Amino acid sequence: MTVPRFQARVLVRLRPSVLDPAGEAARGAASRLGVDGISKLRIGKAVELEIEAADAAEARSQIELLSDRLFANPVIEDWSLELLDS
Amino acid sequence: MSIGVIVFPGSNCDRDVLWATQGCLGLPTRRIWHEETDLSGLDAVVLPGGFSYGDYLRCGAIARFAPALRSLVDFAAQGGRVLGICNGFQVLTELGLLPGALTRNRDLHFICEDAELTVASKRSAWLQGYAAGHLTLPIAHGEGRYQCSEETLKQLQDDEAIALRYGSNPNGSVHDIAGVTNRQGNVLGLMPHPERACDPATGGTDGRAMLQALLS
Repeated sequence: MTVPRFQARVLVRLRPSVLDPAGEAARGAASRLGVDGISKLRIGKAVELEIEAADAAEARSQIELLSDRLFANPVIEDWSLELLDS
Repeated sequence: MSIGVIVFPGSNCDRDVLWATQGCLGLPTRRIWHEETDLSGLDAVVLPGGFSYGDYLRCGAIARFAPALRSLVDFAAQGGRVLGICNGFQVLTELGLLPGALTRNRDLHFICEDAELTVASKRSAWLQGYAAGHLTLPIAHGEGRYQCSEETLKQLQDDEAIALRYGSNPNGSVHDIAGVTNRQGNVLGLMPHPERACDPATGGTDGRAMLQALLS
């Protein structure tokens, strides 16, 4: 019997209150490219992973632990988890 | 009495610290590979500057899980002195030994220059040697913008744990913060480099009193 494998994507974003200078620089470049009207541009990270776990609940709790402790720094970042079908 | 300097893959100021503490100040110092866990016999530990693990994920995010740092948490809890310089400061915030976080400089530039600093608190031993209340140290960082919540900032103020402020804020840090201590005062993290201001040959000796405090 094989252990189920789950695919997930964790999106890590700077908290809204934290200045994103890289996002601001990219917004400036967008304007120079000729794309105007961008009122918001913020850059985050996407972590894609596959994990073996007994069931979806266990996979979720493992990835939540990773997100809280490793992928994101809760002082400055929020994260959201998307668990995809195995 | 001796000092340990923890070396991670990607550290690049560990030799500078060794030269400053042992070469310039005559304080016994040994380097500790990040996979070691034995900190016995040490009175103070320095986390040096550099780019531990290539700054992957976030500065200090991966170094935080090094075996040596599990021992460091106990070492600090027992009152041992811990100094985090630049990347070492970033590691200490990721580890939770110091509050807040260091983020990308406001203007995106990597800044390498001398910074005028004022002593914000002399409550801890680290800054008691600065009678004049100000000093000049080099800074060299791309991610030194200190950030924390309003509650954390108030706690830092109540605890007199803001140690150093920039005279002219180079990176957008909240309240011009250049360095903070923990509540007990035995752990100090700062973005400026005291170890680069110990040898008169490299310009200035304002870092000496801070490093002397490792073993005072």
